[in-house]
This record gives sequence, structure tokens and C-alpha cells, in this order.
Amino acid sequence: MSTNSSAGQKNRTNNQDPAPAEASIQTQGKHWRYELDDEGIAWLHFDKANSATNVLSAAVLEELDAQLALIENKLPRGLIILSDKQNGFIAGADIKEFGPFADSSEATGLIRGGQLVFEHLAQLQCPTVSMIHGFCLGGGMELALACSHRVALDDPRTRLGLPEVKLGIHPGFGGSTRLPHLVGAPAAMDLMLSGRTISARAAQRIGMIDAAVPERQLKRAAIMMVKKPPTVAPGKRRWRALTNNFLVRPVLAAMMRRQVSKRAPASHYPAPYALIDLWATHAGNPPKMLAEEAASVARLVTGATAQNLIRVFFLQEQLKSQGKSASKKSNRNRSKTMPLETQHVHVIGGGVMGGDIAAWCALQGFQVTVQDQRHEALAQVLKRASVLFKKRFKKTYLVQAAMDRLQPDRDGLGVERADVIIEAIFENIEAKQSLYRELEPRMKKDALLATNTSSIPIETLSEVLKRPERLVGLHFFNPVAKMQLVEIVRGSGTDDKVVKQAAAFTRQIDRLPLTVKSSPGFLVNRVLMPYLMEAVLLEAEGVPGVVIDKAATGFGMPMGPIELADTVGLDICLSVAEILGEQLGLAVPERLRQLVNEGRLGRKSGQGFYHYKDGKALKEKPGRDYKAPDDVEDRLILRLLNEAAACLREGIVEGADLLDAGIIFGTGFAPFRGGPMHYVEESGSAPLLGRMGVLKQRHGERFEVDVGWPVEAEKVPGTGATTN
Amino acid sequence: MTQQQAFAGRPVYVVDGARTPFLKAKGKPGPFTAANLAVAAGRRLLDRQPFSPDLFDEVIMGCVMPGPEEANIARTIALRLNCKERVPAWTVQRNCASGMQALDCAAHNIASGRSDLILAGGVEAMSHAPVLLNEKMVRWLADWMRARSFGARMKALSQLRGGHFKPVIGLLCGLTDHTVGLNMGQTAENLAYRFKISRERMDAFAVQSHQRLARAQDENFLNEIEVIYDTRGHFYDADDGLRRDSDVAKLAKLKPVFDRHYGMVTAANSAQVTDGAALLVLASEAAVEKHKLPVMGRIVDAAWAGLNPAEMGLGPAHAMAQILQHRKMKPSDIDYWEINEAFATQVLACREAWMDSAYCKKELGWRKAVGEIDNERLNVDGGGVSLGHPVGASGARIVLHLLSVLERTKSKQGIASLCIGGGQGGAMLLERP
Repeated sequence: MSTNSSAGQKNRTNNQDPAPAEASIQTQGKHWRYELDDEGIAWLHFDKANSATNVLSAAVLEELDAQLALIENKLPRGLIILSDKQNGFIAGADIKEFGPFADSSEATGLIRGGQLVFEHLAQLQCPTVSMIHGFCLGGGMELALACSHRVALDDPRTRLGLPEVKLGIHPGFGGSTRLPHLVGAPAAMDLMLSGRTISARAAQRIGMIDAAVPERQLKRAAIMMVKKPPTVAPGKRRWRALTNNFLVRPVLAAMMRRQVSKRAPASHYPAPYALIDLWATHAGNPPKMLAEEAASVARLVTGATAQNLIRVFFLQEQLKSQGKSASKKSNRNRSKTMPLETQHVHVIGGGVMGGDIAAWCALQGFQVTVQDQRHEALAQVLKRASVLFKKRFKKTYLVQAAMDRLQPDRDGLGVERADVIIEAIFENIEAKQSLYRELEPRMKKDALLATNTSSIPIETLSEVLKRPERLVGLHFFNPVAKMQLVEIVRGSGTDDKVVKQAAAFTRQIDRLPLTVKSSPGFLVNRVLMPYLMEAVLLEAEGVPGVVIDKAATGFGMPMGPIELADTVGLDICLSVAEILGEQLGLAVPERLRQLVNEGRLGRKSGQGFYHYKDGKALKEKPGRDYKAPDDVEDRLILRLLNEAAACLREGIVEGADLLDAGIIFGTGFAPFRGGPMHYVEESGSAPLLGRMGVLKQRHGERFEVDVGWPVEAEKVPGTGATTN
Repeated sequence: MTQQQAFAGRPVYVVDGARTPFLKAKGKPGPFTAANLAVAAGRRLLDRQPFSPDLFDEVIMGCVMPGPEEANIARTIALRLNCKERVPAWTVQRNCASGMQALDCAAHNIASGRSDLILAGGVEAMSHAPVLLNEKMVRWLADWMRARSFGARMKALSQLRGGHFKPVIGLLCGLTDHTVGLNMGQTAENLAYRFKISRERMDAFAVQSHQRLARAQDENFLNEIEVIYDTRGHFYDADDGLRRDSDVAKLAKLKPVFDRHYGMVTAANSAQVTDGAALLVLASEAAVEKHKLPVMGRIVDAAWAGLNPAEMGLGPAHAMAQILQHRKMKPSDIDYWEINEAFATQVLACREAWMDSAYCKKELGWRKAVGEIDNERLNVDGGGVSLGHPVGASGARIVLHLLSVLERTKSKQGIASLCIGGGQGGAMLLERP
């Protein structure tokens, strides 16, 4: 990108307005391009070399610092920073540079370096404006915060935020210090503690940006902000200052700690607490706070939680890369925009899974037909979809457009025009086979045929097809809108291209594909089932549900197994357990059958292991003098780990990293532990195997160590952190 | 004067059509807006076509009272049906015949060679008719907006009276002819008076309408209905105005609603206030061949007539007479009739008028009485009294249903006609291949 015109084409906000294009002065660096327009405004374009996405690597920051030095020497009327990438402003710091570090002082040095560059920007004696489109996250948001003003494109693709906490750290390039003063402590801390991203309008509402404007106004607004910098109303300013007052901070901090402790215990997730402490102690003294911010992030980033969460981030990238478009030469920049090939998705089966898959696809912009013989089921599909769309879109016209994309289709008119057909009818071999027989001749030649079966082998189902190699499993998890993972089930005869197509489609609907072998329970259910069954056994032995659940959540599971079973539905658990139990030699506890026979099906029937009131479990605490056995956590977790080891041995997924990724995104397995195999590696096999031995003595053969356990000597490969 | 053949030029084919169930208004705004109704029926209709929706040359919809967000509702519907930006769309309004007007416009454009493939129909969500502020209130609000000082505001407030809050019911307003100061029901009373139609005959006709609709539902004759779904977990698969328990004794107990106390037109022998949509695909011969479309029938002719607004219910007698006249046909040449049942009296009066030689001479310019319409061939599957009359949609519904009746009975020709508030009548001659 060495010429103006080509850069102008790439920059989506640079269509007709010629303002900066005919610049009198320009300098071209490797990642940054400086232009001075004839009004004396400097435009600093960020276009990271050899990358589809702008991230702040050390090299990028170094060059930025040099550019700022030049700008400082001959101060322009104002400085506008913008991105030349189509997909967004800046995605954040380069996570590849997040370690491993020799020690925390090495990390501190690196972070301080970044802070100084931003401080350089903040100290420029002219108006500085970030002109934002697309994502503006983490370090990118911090760069914007170092500017005197910010304007962002009002578009659904614009997302702003400081999601560092999801990586086990908090903002370190001055974001933790600057944001509370800019928008007031409650809004700032909420954003940083949750790590959620917000739209341009929401950012404007809280004052994080000065304006959210449509594309036609973006450039004009940036220029006007240079010429006549907007100010914050005095009342608002005073209020925001008050929230950072030294008398107020301890009170707010205590409230925040209480809030955070509901979501994440300090022992597992130290970052939010560190952020609150940092703010509460130092918010009165920004320069000091900056230094402490760097030290705090350095401490966090070298800790196990952050390193494991960073590992999870890369695992997620690895899953995403499984879905890299199967089509010929897919334009990398377009991969995020919208369907390359797929336009129409046809879902057969209007039950909870089928209906929610259909709604999810419509939410993601596809034309969707959902087929079911029962009008009642279709009506329920639309009802649930309407709730989902209203929650996600808010704006009425977008909700309506999504509803218009989702079409109930009792007689299957959608089959002929569908690019992807997902079968999600009840688990019955004959029913599915006869459906496929009827579908195949009507389908488009190259349409994808996928089944959401969780228990029937792909090979059995594909027998009836003329082209059996076209059938693939797309195993979604309930609730579809929350569970990111989709298992791409490869039958022994499934065509490679079909598997790739399925993974690419999964990415198109913004889910994470994981290719698994067609084998009972695939990966997630198989690993989960022994863990759930062990929980049922514990409960049958008289250990209270709360105690069992607490052991699991104490380990870091998002929900205890007893409550999970209730939530999934005990009837469903039983049926999966019976199928898997038969195939894998797993005993199904009598207690489960008994509850189902009594009609206690879990949350949905108001009664399962727990009683439910208004959808909430009534968890009775065990009596004072109750003493839980000391091996509850081991029994639960070790069975899970043992089954994971078996899956690895059988090659259900390709490698330990993908296995960890699948278990984390499919079950919520304690992310800060980096996944089951990683946990085994970190804890060391020997002590775990020793505990297995004890359990086997106490409880029998089900604790027989699987031969797939990684032995100390040959460690599982580490993160191998590669992206893109 | 009467027109000659309406569609000179190329033949006009109806290839398919669909409608929503007609949903009786229950006092509150119904589950679907007008556009939602049309989109629900239209999507199914378009999904089963062998061509993609962007191949339409235009979309024409009839609607009397689109919602405030539905200006040019045809365009809203077209875009939501994925007809894409390049397909133009326009909305027509001819009161109760708006849906038929849309078909008439479409037929003209196909006959003249301007278009080959048109989506046309009508829609109305009467339950969503707006409730408006009265003029006093609007004026008061304007003053209030201008009042800046405390004193001025207090003064404005002191002028506010109870009368300011009396709402204008849009629906009632629309169903009143302001040139003659009569509401539609009163024009029906006029017809009963003129043709000596008794309360018993009206009620008997109403009962018959319900019985015929009941039979049609039981025998699955209403196959043009598409099931529609709301966002609250309900679905609608049938016209819900049907009263299977309707009988003459029960109807006799009802009080007249338009001429209170002394009148005869009741809620039960009038069309129901209803929400619904009906859409048809019209095609030229070229389009039929190109996309290999099945042909339901042909729109052969159409006529529009004007008459005394105070007797608007006789509109069909006038419009249909024109068709017979310039095609040199007599009533017995027509196999089936669909005369929209705005009021039981009004349909009865049209039959009476055609058998009244004095009326035919004076009002229609015929030399003798036109003749009798066989009751067994008129509205054979019920009509507005039993299934409702969503004003903008009915014209399209009766054309669509008449084609289905002709197909079912393997017969040839039919006339669909409506009376139109304001003193008009519209009629369309259909022919099955």
C-alpha cells in the first residue's frame, strides 16, 4: 500500500471525500502512514504490514513513537488516527507477545514501553482524534483513550471495549488509569471487569467516545473535532470526578468486589480484584497509577491463570482456523463479512435443538426454513426466536428482518433451494434414514447434508444415501445461542471436502468447529458422561447435591454436575447415558432411572435432584455436623480426565490441544486451568495417577487408569501458539 | 358510459395465489400488522414458485388504511419478501375494492405488454386502525407547544376540557360516507327499505353464510389459506370468524347497531371486522412459458361503476351488469358468483335489483330485468358475513377463491364483485382454461 489511491480504496471510510487524499506532505513507514492535508490536519493511517488485522506489536509501537516524535517537532493543527484495514480500527495488543516472560520485571518493562508511547500521544499539544470503525479493543481502545477525542462509525460491526480481563489481565497501556476519569468509575469499571464490548452508540452514551455517527459523517466529524474540540458538560464532569473521589472509592470498591465475587472467585481469577485494588488505591494519582498499572498487569500476565487463559485464546483461534473457508481463494478480508457460498439453511425438526439452530442461523443473516409437521412446534420456534432476536438486536427493524429470514416450512419447500440442510429430528435410525432417502433427490447437487444426531453413527445413517460421503454430523449443544462449540462429526466415509465445508459453515454462523471422529458420544458427551454419572453415584451414596456441586465449582467448573444434569433434563441424561453406557461399558446408576420413573426430570419438571422454584434451584445446605468424604472432587474430575485421556488415545480429536479446546468450549471446563490435558501436564501425571490408584481401591474398576494417560516423560505438546 | 373490453392486448393469467386465515378483530390490535400478514402469506406463495422473487416486474397491493409505518405498504411488503430493490411496488386504494383494483392494475400492465410477472393482492389489518386525537386536542397541543412561560402554560392548561380527550376512532370514520352523512350500515338499511328485505331474510342469509363456510372448512375447500405464526407461540390455520352454532333464532335476538332501535342490520348479518391478506401471481403468456407456470385461470374482463353513495351496496349489480352487457352474456352463462358480503342485505338487494325490471331499466339502462342469480352458485363457500371483510384484501380473496371454486367444480366462467363505500361497484370476469 504505497500509493494514496489504493489505500483510499481499502479504507472503507474514504470514498468520495477527497480531503486527506491530496495531501501536501506524506511519509510512508512500514505500518504507519503520515499525511498532512491542506488544512494543516495530520492523518496518521495504521495499516499493519503483512496482516489482515491491525494489532499493536512492539515493532508497531516503536514506529508509532517515531511518527509521534516527528509530529511533535512540527505540530499540526490536529492529529487524526485511523485504520486502513477494512475489518476495524485496532484489535488490541499482539497477544503473541504476551509471554512467556522470564520474570515479571521483563513484562513490566515491556508494558511501560507501550505506556510511554501512548503517553507521548496524550501529551501532544494539539487536538488528537481517533476515527474508529469496526473493532476497537484492548490496546486499540487504550490508544483511542490516549487521544483527546474519539469518533466512531455507528454500525453493528463497530465494537469497543477492554476485554483484557478475559485473558486474565487488565488494561495495561493506560486504559485502567484513563477510563475511570473519562466516563466515571461505575461505567468504566463495569466495562473493564466484565470485559464485554459495546456498540458505538452505547460507547457514546457512557461518554467513552464523543460521537457515534454514520459513515457519511465520520470524516467530517473527525475534522470538526480537531477544529472545534467538543467539551463535556460541567455537571457530567463533576459527577464523573466524584465517582473517583478518595472518599467514594472505598465504598464503590467494596461493592465491586462483592459483584465480582459472584462471578469469579479470586483464587481462580485474580485480575478483576487486582484492577479494583489498583483503582481504589491509586486513582487519585494518575502518574503513579500508570506505573502501578504496569506492575499489576506484569504480575498477572506471568501468573498461571493469565497464561492458561491466553492459551485458551489461542485454542479458540485454532478452532476458528479449522473453519477457514473451504472455497477456492477466499479473500481473507471478506471471511468475516458474510456468507461466501451459503445463503439458505434448511433445518428439519422444530424441537428445541432444531428450532434454536434455525433461529441462530437467521440471527447470523441466513435465509432459513425450518421444517416440522407440527404447527405447534413451529410456533414455539418462532416464539423463542423472537425472544433471541429482540435481545440481540434491540432495534425493531432488525428484529423484523431476522424474523422475516426465519420461515416456518411445514411441507419442506426449503429443501430444493437450501445450501445447507441440518437434520435435527428425534433420535431414530429408521426415521432419519427414510427422511434422507426422500431428501437426497430433492437437494441441490452440492448442498451440505448434516445431522445433529448425538448417538447414532454417521456410517449407519449414510447407508441409505446414493452419495454416503456427503453426510456429516453437526453436533450443536444446548442452548445453541450460548454454547460456542459445534462438533463436526466425520464418519469413516465422510468426504474431506464435506468436513471442511461443514467447518466453514460453522464459522459462518460464528460458532467454533471441532472435527471429531464418529464414535459414541463424540468428544464432549463422552467426557462429560462419566463425570455426571459419578456425581449421580455420589448423590445416591448420600452426599448432598450442594456438596457435589460445590466440589466441581471449586475446581472451576461453571456449574456443578448435579445442577447441570437437572438443567439438561434427567430423561435426556438417562437416554444418553444408556446409549453411551452400552457402547462404552459405562454403568448407569439406578438412582437416575428411579428419578426419571418418578417423573422428576430436572429443572423443566420443577423437580430433579433439586427442587425448583421459579426456575431456580432450592439448594439446601447440609447440616452443621455433616462431613463430606474427602475424595468428592477427585472422583468427579479424575473420571473426566481419565475419559479425556481415553479419547486422546482413540484419536477422537487430533491432538491434546484440540481436545482441551473442545472440552473447554463444549463443557465450560475451568478455562483458567487451560483444559484437561494441560491440567494433567501442569499437575504432573504421577500424583494424579497415584490418586487414581487410591480411588480404584476404594471404588472399583471404573477408576482403572486408561492407557492413554500422558506419562511424565513424554509431555503433551504445549500451546504451540500460532494464529492465522 | 360503459367501457368496452377492459384488457385489450395480451391475455392475463393467474398462476397461483395464497391468503392468510382471516382473523376477526377482538377489540384490541390483532397479532399481525398489515405488512406482517401480507409477508406471511406472500412468503409461502413465493417459496413455491419456480422463479426467484426478484424476477417480478412489479408488486401492486391494495390497502385502505395502512399503519402509520406502512406508507406505500406494497413497497414494504415487496422488500420484506426479498423482491430486491429493483422491483418497483405501489399501493392502490379504492376502499372495499382495493384488492381488486390491484389485480385490475396488474392485469392492465400485463395486457399492455408493460409487465410480464406481477405480484398483486390486498391486505388490511382493521384491528390496527388508528385511534386519533380530535381536532380540538390537536389545536390545543399546538398552543401548548408554543406556551413557554409558566403563565402561558397555566392558561393553556385551564383551557383543557373533557371534550379534548374524546378520541376519533379511525375505523368508524373510514366506514362512514361523509358526503351523504351515512355510515355503511345505514346505506344497507336503505337497501332493505327499498327492496323490502326483511330482518328474517337477512339473518337467514347470514346463517347460510356460516353453514357454507363450515362445510368448506370441513371439506378442505379453502386450500388457498396458508398457516401463519405469530411471535408468541400461536399459529392460525383457519378463518376464525366462523360461528358453527349460528342459527336464525339466535340471530333474531341481536340488536341493530347502525340504525339503533328501529333498524334491522345487526353485527351478525354484516361483514365482520377482520384482518387478512390475499396475494396472487399474475403472468403473461411469455412468463407462463418461460417459467413453466401452471395456469389457474385468466382474468378476462373487469368493470367499475358509480352509483348513489347512499345505496353503495348495489355496486355489484351495476358493475356486473356492465360485464354481461358488453360481453353479451346473461346470468345463466356464469357458472359461479362471488359477491362480497359487506352486508347480507346488500347481497340480497343486488339479486333483487337484477330481477326488478323497473330498476334495471332506470338505473342500469337495460331493456328488461337482467335476471336471476342462482343462490346455489353464489358465495358457495361463505363470505364476508362468516369469514370477514378485511376491506383492502377482500377483492383479491374473492378472485382467488372463485378460481378455486371453478377448478373444483370443473366449470368455466365466474364473476367476482364487490360494493364499494362511496357509491361504486367493481367486478371481474374470470375464466378457467
